[in-house]
Amino acid sequence: MLKGNHKMNPLGKALLQFWQSSIGRKIIVAVTGAMLVLFLLGHVAGNLLVFQGKEAMNDYAQFLHTMLHGQGVWIARIGLLVAFGLHIWATISLTIENRAARNARYAYDNTVQASKSSRIMIWSGMTVIAFVVFHILHFTVRVSPELANLPDTAYAAANPGEARHDVYAMVIKGFKNPLVTLFYIVGVSLLCSHLSHGIASIFQTLGIRSRKSAGFEQKLGWAISIALWIGFLSIPLSAMFGILKENPKPHHKAEISPPPASVQVVATSQG
Amino acid sequence: MNLTLKVWRQKNPTDHGRIETYEARDIPSEASFLEMLDIVNERIIETGGEPIHFDHDCREGICGTCSLTINGVPHSKERGITTCQVHMRKFRDGDTIWIEPFRAKAFPIVRDLVVDRSSFDRIIAAGGYISVRTGSAQDANSLPVGKVEADEAFDAAACIGCGACVASCKNASAMLFVGAKAAHLNLLPQGKPEKDRRVLAMVRQMDAEGFGNCTNQYECEAVCPKSISADVIGKLNRDFAQAAVKEAVS
Amino acid sequence: MASNGTLNSAIPSGPLADKWTKHKNESKLINPANKRKYSVIVVGSGLAGGAAAATLSELGYQVKCFCYQDSPRRAHSIAAQGGINASKNYQNDGDSVWRLFYDTIKGGDFRSREANVHRLAEVSGNIIDQCVAQGVPFAREYGGLLDNRSFGGAQVSRTFYARGQTGQQLLIGCYQALEKEISRGGVQMFPRTEMLDLVVVNGHAKGIIVRDLVTGEISRHAADTVILATGGYGNVFYLSTNAMGCNVMAAFRAHKRGAYFANPCYTQIHPTCIPVSGDYQSKLTLMSESLRNDGRIWVPKSKEDAAVIRAGQKTAADIPEDARDYYLERKYPSFGNLAPRDISSRSAKEACDEGRGVASTGLGVFLDFRDAIARLGKDTIEARYGNLFEMYAKIAGADPYTSPMMIYPAVHYTMGGLWVDYNLMSNLPGLHVLGEANFSDHGANRLGASALMQGLADGYFVIPTTLPNYLAGETPGSVTTADPAFDEAETAVRERTSKLLSIQGKRTVDSFHRELGLLVWDKCGMARTKEGLEEAIAKIPAIREEFWQNVRVPGDGDNLNAELEKAGRVADFLEFGELMCYDALDREESCGGHFREEYQFTEDDEAVKSGYTNPGEAMRRDDEFCHVSAWESTGVGNKPKLHKEKLEFESVKLSVRSYK
Repeated sequence: MLKGNHKMNPLGKALLQFWQSSIGRKIIVAVTGAMLVLFLLGHVAGNLLVFQGKEAMNDYAQFLHTMLHGQGVWIARIGLLVAFGLHIWATISLTIENRAARNARYAYDNTVQASKSSRIMIWSGMTVIAFVVFHILHFTVRVSPELANLPDTAYAAANPGEARHDVYAMVIKGFKNPLVTLFYIVGVSLLCSHLSHGIASIFQTLGIRSRKSAGFEQKLGWAISIALWIGFLSIPLSAMFGILKENPKPHHKAEISPPPASVQVVATSQG
Repeated sequence: MNLTLKVWRQKNPTDHGRIETYEARDIPSEASFLEMLDIVNERIIETGGEPIHFDHDCREGICGTCSLTINGVPHSKERGITTCQVHMRKFRDGDTIWIEPFRAKAFPIVRDLVVDRSSFDRIIAAGGYISVRTGSAQDANSLPVGKVEADEAFDAAACIGCGACVASCKNASAMLFVGAKAAHLNLLPQGKPEKDRRVLAMVRQMDAEGFGNCTNQYECEAVCPKSISADVIGKLNRDFAQAAVKEAVS
Repeated sequence: MASNGTLNSAIPSGPLADKWTKHKNESKLINPANKRKYSVIVVGSGLAGGAAAATLSELGYQVKCFCYQDSPRRAHSIAAQGGINASKNYQNDGDSVWRLFYDTIKGGDFRSREANVHRLAEVSGNIIDQCVAQGVPFAREYGGLLDNRSFGGAQVSRTFYARGQTGQQLLIGCYQALEKEISRGGVQMFPRTEMLDLVVVNGHAKGIIVRDLVTGEISRHAADTVILATGGYGNVFYLSTNAMGCNVMAAFRAHKRGAYFANPCYTQIHPTCIPVSGDYQSKLTLMSESLRNDGRIWVPKSKEDAAVIRAGQKTAADIPEDARDYYLERKYPSFGNLAPRDISSRSAKEACDEGRGVASTGLGVFLDFRDAIARLGKDTIEARYGNLFEMYAKIAGADPYTSPMMIYPAVHYTMGGLWVDYNLMSNLPGLHVLGEANFSDHGANRLGASALMQGLADGYFVIPTTLPNYLAGETPGSVTTADPAFDEAETAVRERTSKLLSIQGKRTVDSFHRELGLLVWDKCGMARTKEGLEEAIAKIPAIREEFWQNVRVPGDGDNLNAELEKAGRVADFLEFGELMCYDALDREESCGGHFREEYQFTEDDEAVKSGYTNPGEAMRRDDEFCHVSAWESTGVGNKPKLHKEKLEFESVKLSVRSYK
């Protein structure tokens, strides 16, 4: 752990004090949280291309892997890893302090207005860590050979000499296992519970919440959480129930109504 | 009315406390909650026991001394009041009432329901003031303050330092208390020159005292007897961030 | 300097308006390097004590400050609602130092010192400047300047206020200044510490004996001077609007060590409090006097109607208009419901004594907003008094919009206190007394919004100037806690504490306090008679004797022990109550908060015949009682010895109050 050092230069000392202070770490949680939320929004938007069919999905995946000469994805990954790591490090250290600060519990426990989501943040967060690890192993590292070796044959046929991974097929195959889908449902649900408190909290921690805007920020948090929940879960459920087919016939895309419409409906009804 | 009380008893700071049960018989429903405890105590004394200790003084909701957690909620579930303003007519005959001290590591128990809140004083001493020597002030009207800012500062200044915010917080955070004082002084032109120093010093003292961190659950504003809004916490976060950046780059 | 027998008031010579300036110019100075050698003990951390401790520390003195509360921020100054007067004349309505001075002298029924009151009016403006600079959020107008209101019947708007929490905001400002000095190291703060005795060395106050209320440890503190700012003695009545912990112990211990207690019979009764609802009641709650602007006070004309209301068989609404007695409007047609505090209080008592009280205990009158709501609409009334109505509903459990409030007078403030000279030093050299604990500025009756003004004037502006007049003549650190006087005082304190713990009788401390309180309220409360006071003086010693034989103080002295704290305070009230009755008996006149039934205007008096005043009004006797009664302790159970300080009025003419 970092320790104060009187020989440290003033900027270093200020940064250390910022990290060591409660509010400093909360600001880190909020900023990294905001980055992760933005990532999730991009992630869900990209993933929903799966409903546009194999070509769109695989084009998108190829774009991600080739932008900035293939370095873009790594820059994003490192950025996300740092944000994720700081988010976890700061929240765990804050939680340890919080447990110590409330050293004795009430015999009669009661809560006036704290939401359930806000009270299980550390647990929803821990589950999300487990889920993310699983998710990366599942679709990024592809530990399962069944998902690792899926060439996009149509692409290879059209572009002789080139090859790319069939992400579309991988997603659909990946969700054929009901246990995997169940874990995704649990993971994404807790992620969204986490966000329903976390997003509104970003505004408060960064000091941009006021009495007038508080209601809006809370609703925005819910809306984003619900949208992400529907968006993310629509894919495994569609795959599991066969709405998404591994080898769709071309020109059948129109039959599948794209989920963003339903997302919007729900979001509005919450507003 | 007749009630069953489950009361936290602890002889001194090092004693292991425990919940003890008392029967409170024939309590007039017009009595205040603390008067109910007075009645119970008189009977305890008359029968050779030691009375239940609890903090109280003005008994009109302004001094901030009284500090009971009633059925798990500091100052009871009724909004916008202190413990001394709770009246027995809000309870029903036959109720069981749990009475516990304000709990937090930074509020060590002195005896029974009495806690030591001197950590709050040390936070104020760290920076919760405007440095002005007596006698050196200019004419009061030489520095106009817009009514809006003045009213906003007043809302924050209404804090009575009771500590219910800490007691209600799952993390025993003092952010509402510190935020209220910082907002009160930072919003006024008189308090601006010391704003950054004040915020950094108060937050560092708050951390050093062992209070927890705000996780934006807003239990504090729900139990605050003066209904201070958690907006002051947002403002404290912002003022702290600005001060920390200025400190780092200046 | 004027002198009155043994009491030298040290009032500077010269014209009234120049006295304070002259005194400041002539006061001794201590150079900055020497100030830090002097130590000062301040007991009490309210407006007077907190302001003094902070300011003296800023000046460089080493200050130790003590309070019984868990934090200096909780002193009872915090509970003052209304406001603080200052002669700023920001409203351009003709206010001036002279007018504030004159109103205060007149309000005090010509029983205060001209010079002190004039000084108070002079520094009043500086207080506001100081508080605003500290960040006290006074009410403001849209232009950003300070707002004022007229308060307590004053004809000018000179009251600065902070919603209904002026006392809180001023105290917090003062507390913050104190904390600033604590963090700087100038003040050493001792919260939860109670002064149990004053130590007098060679006739000078040089230290105190205190008990740490948490550990029970008894310890000694020596200093070059001692300042008491320990508030009033209203809790001698058991029920009052004071905080539960307010007590007379520090002042009374000083009295027993030789300090004179001045005018203890001057107590202020506030007319608009929520009535007592049963014998379990622990304290009374004040409702702002502003309610009388729109509320009408009445009781039924007949005892029979009152009896059925008390029994709960009828409500106020069942009493027809012609069966109601709006007694203030009837007796004082021009002032009506806004009649001064003492008059309004006494009238309520009279109505209840006649059997026309309406609360279940018989002690309560109606304060009715029915007509105001009909005239102005519920919304207007809610805008004006919404928070007060809410507070009433919470405490009394009744809705003032639909049924009238019930009110009854209660003890609120005590004008009497330890005698002090112009330097705020008692007859005991080295003992200074500030705020409500001294007697100096309010005479026989205090004006609304003047208590906060006096506390802060004493602490911020008077004592910092006058303290060197004593200290400059003292060698710093000349007395230490090794002095035998500390041994004697500490032994006495230890013996008293052990005695209280060893009696182990049958009655609780509160039961004695209640008994004493009822007696003094009955005999030395709103109206007093020779017979009643003699009866009280005969009965109090009996209660006191029983207390010392039959009180039960559980627990030990080595812990937080609330009963032990209370027992010590009640033991002193049991002596102090007697002193108060002696003073009330001696003062054979009616003035301000002291009403002797024998001395009131009757139909036969010239002033009544001429229509200048009413029968039943207080009758002062300036020829015999235009003096301060300062009492010297002669030991428990003995009649105290009276010293008089004659009050000289050079600038104002004594007149009869009239509120017709």
